[in-house]
Amino acid sequence: MSYVSSMRCKECSREYPVGAFNVCDFCFGPLEVVYDYDAIAEVTSRERIMSGPNSLWRYADFLPADYNPDVDINAGFTPLIRSKGLAEHLGLNELWIKNDSVNPSYSFKDRVVAVATAKALELGFDTIACASTGNLACAVAAHAARGGLKSYVFIPSDLETGKVLGAAIYGPTMIAIDGTYDDVNRLCSELAEEHPWAFVNINVRPFYADGSKTLGFEVAEQLGWRAPMHAVVPSASGAMFTKIYQGLKEFERTGLIDSVQTKMHSTQPRGCCPIATAYEEGRFVIRPVKASSLATSLAIGNPADGYYALKTIEASGGSAVIAEEHEVALGVKLLAETEGIFTEGAGGVAVMGLKHLVELGRIQPDESTVVYITGNGLKTTELVADVVHPLHIEPTVEAFEQAIAASTA
Amino acid sequence: MQRVRFTFLDRLIKEPVIYQMGRDFGVVTNIRRADIQEGIGWVLLELEGEDNEIERALKWVRSLGVRVDPAVSDVVEG
Repeated sequence: MSYVSSMRCKECSREYPVGAFNVCDFCFGPLEVVYDYDAIAEVTSRERIMSGPNSLWRYADFLPADYNPDVDINAGFTPLIRSKGLAEHLGLNELWIKNDSVNPSYSFKDRVVAVATAKALELGFDTIACASTGNLACAVAAHAARGGLKSYVFIPSDLETGKVLGAAIYGPTMIAIDGTYDDVNRLCSELAEEHPWAFVNINVRPFYADGSKTLGFEVAEQLGWRAPMHAVVPSASGAMFTKIYQGLKEFERTGLIDSVQTKMHSTQPRGCCPIATAYEEGRFVIRPVKASSLATSLAIGNPADGYYALKTIEASGGSAVIAEEHEVALGVKLLAETEGIFTEGAGGVAVMGLKHLVELGRIQPDESTVVYITGNGLKTTELVADVVHPLHIEPTVEAFEQAIAASTA
Repeated sequence: MQRVRFTFLDRLIKEPVIYQMGRDFGVVTNIRRADIQEGIGWVLLELEGEDNEIERALKWVRSLGVRVDPAVSDVVEG
């Protein structure tokens, strides 16, 4: 059973009954889910969690929806890998990689959509929807397919086919919108008000966002029930960043782990870095930007949770760093070559952000650090297409030996 | 009715844009929350009126250099 008691405005604290809405009627602040932590603390335990399913639903006591096998595609409980090659490269002694690129539709979005979809069914919806340029569309379409739900996926019409193929394969109704990014934004926020759909990151966003708490829960459990000293997280809307920290603090509050000292570090690409820019300027007002980045899944110019990401940085003693655009592909290659993990541009930003944090002295060699890899490189192969340069040979052993000798000379 | 966020930069912060919009267009403005700091400020507000009149008003606001977004910020995600 869920331990949700109500919904509450993050700005004015006005409380609301649980329902499919995300904005405070009074001050237009965002709503968040309120939990009865005393009740959760009564029932939860490390043993109870460890005996749960090998998916994010092992943390169901901390989620706003009940487990529903009809829409479950087994999101979450992805590997936490002790880094060797990347750690050596960066001079770190305890680096861990949270490889969330191996979720069912190949990104962390499966976590948020799993929770949003389960909640949507509880609230009586038969249709889920989203506006996306990639990963979110895949997760929504996949969960809808599993659950036999209708789904609508809105995309900008100039998006490359390859970016949305991973969503189209699941058979959603896909609508390509002619117009600018801002036009797509405006239309989708209007549609969300007019149609009886669960628009996963609009009217059911409070539940959707809480799916990302499991990225905090899992890391704590996989580290042997402790929080890391540092978390390095790629940021777009900022929601995942804030929810990882919330997850760690919820484990602390319910007695599952000791005091959380984790410093939260946000990483963004130069082509879209409104959160990092505000951090560097020492302000809490996000200046929206026109996003243009090779890390396409981070290209959110007006991040809904940017302000809260900045507050999380402040509360945790963390920071924000920027990876240059030319570093995006470098980071992808570095992770692949040192750890055997192929990530998308957002992962490249996380890796290069981590490198900068070490260079800046914000992370010391012996401090436990987790870097979050949230999406799979096979979706954005064009980013690193230049790595393909095979040795061309005639079909003879002699030609092979000559080519190898030449390449290693 | 529309819920929007205006973001003002630099010199625009001192301009009475919302007052002028309500005066010159058939739009009722209702400010819900705002934050103004040096060099940047935003206002969350509700606009009531005919759809085409709201669109005309927002077009004028944008022409001044004010950024206009849905109140919930970006809904397109990666």
